[in-house]
Amino acid sequence: MSEDLYAILGVSRSASDDDIRKAYRKLAKECHPDLHPGDKKAEEKFKRISAAYDILGDPDKRKRYDRGEIDSRGEETPHARYQHYADAGAGAGMGGFGGRKYANFGGGGMGGGAGFEDISDLFADLFGGGGARAGGMGGMGGMGAGGGGDVRYRMTVGFTEAAAGARKRVTMPDGKTLNISVPAGLRDGQTLRLKGQGEQDPRTGQAGDAYVEVSVESHPHFTRDGDDVYVTVSVTPGEALGGARISVPTVTGDVSLTVPKGSNTGRRLRLKGKGIQRPGARAGNQYVTLQVVLPDEPDEALVNCVTEWEKKHPYNPRRGTEGRS
Amino acid sequence: MITAVQLVERVHGLSMEQLEVWVAADWVRPEHHQGAWYFTELDVARASLIREIRDDLAVDEETVPVILSLLDQLYAARHETRALAEAINQQPESVRDSVRACLQRLYEEE
Repeated sequence: MSEDLYAILGVSRSASDDDIRKAYRKLAKECHPDLHPGDKKAEEKFKRISAAYDILGDPDKRKRYDRGEIDSRGEETPHARYQHYADAGAGAGMGGFGGRKYANFGGGGMGGGAGFEDISDLFADLFGGGGARAGGMGGMGGMGAGGGGDVRYRMTVGFTEAAAGARKRVTMPDGKTLNISVPAGLRDGQTLRLKGQGEQDPRTGQAGDAYVEVSVESHPHFTRDGDDVYVTVSVTPGEALGGARISVPTVTGDVSLTVPKGSNTGRRLRLKGKGIQRPGARAGNQYVTLQVVLPDEPDEALVNCVTEWEKKHPYNPRRGTEGRS
Repeated sequence: MITAVQLVERVHGLSMEQLEVWVAADWVRPEHHQGAWYFTELDVARASLIREIRDDLAVDEETVPVILSLLDQLYAARHETRALAEAINQQPESVRDSVRACLQRLYEEE
């Protein structure tokens, strides 16, 4: 799905960086999910504008987007939303709810003036209805019915933890500690079911299940597509020209990689089976894109040597791309 | 529970100085143990939210507490509503039916 990012932010392609920032701020104020708890539409809209701003708000990424080098699927940066914690509690026993801690902030009392009409959507949610106002109230008792209540949590795991698998001991917002085994290859948005870790039914003693929705953090270097992992690795001109053996990171640790002689920027090398190994599946690959990097401050000797060489061996790296301004 | 240093590391773009100001202003409320601050996941999320409101949404410093206060009231009200709904959920079917019917009437009167 490639949507025009400029259209999402409501700006023209020639908008200045400042215009883009202003447009983003205006839209974000309207639909920031923590300022509109429970409003799914606002949340969706916020995700789209954040993804758009993630690219257009960064001059480099914007240029690459304009050139068609990256598409509009911005990587949403998953992080814990405040509303998740502030709203936590009802499903998981009324004990330690987070919102209470800040409930009397600034002396503003609880002012219980909310009429039913103001909270109707919340009730519709709670009674397990399809959302449509009173009409959706059919299945009351969706939570807590039967043997023990199921509880839902959310947590964030690091990119490499999700890729390589990990065991985590986490304290949930309601104070419960869970041992969670993160399976290798876990995807962002996936839900893990922990059998019998839900709420216990006081009458029958039966426990419900805990469902943990996991968001996977993005990584400064790695990206992934299914079970394949992508990384860009910098090499010196000497390593690129003469070939080298270099150490590159994978999700399970460093491995050594042969850079063939004469490798240019953009050359992609495959590390077979060094991607994500999901249990019972064929391991993905890691693809390493090389990037030739000059020294920070090239000295005169290097500059002279290369310019002299180029005089004798002229070449045009922009051949075929010229005249298309 | 995590320390102030860990919190600053987790919240992109937050400095220790800023955190100190926020704690002094009572925007974020750590627990105190032996002179050190300890924060929960709720505090991490709250610090991220404050940073987003100030930096990404460009809300000026004086307006931040107004927003926080309104938000805290909103979440408190949501919480009470949830508690009420949960209490209703634990009633016998007949009681839940009456509440449901009553709510339906109220909606229709709007």
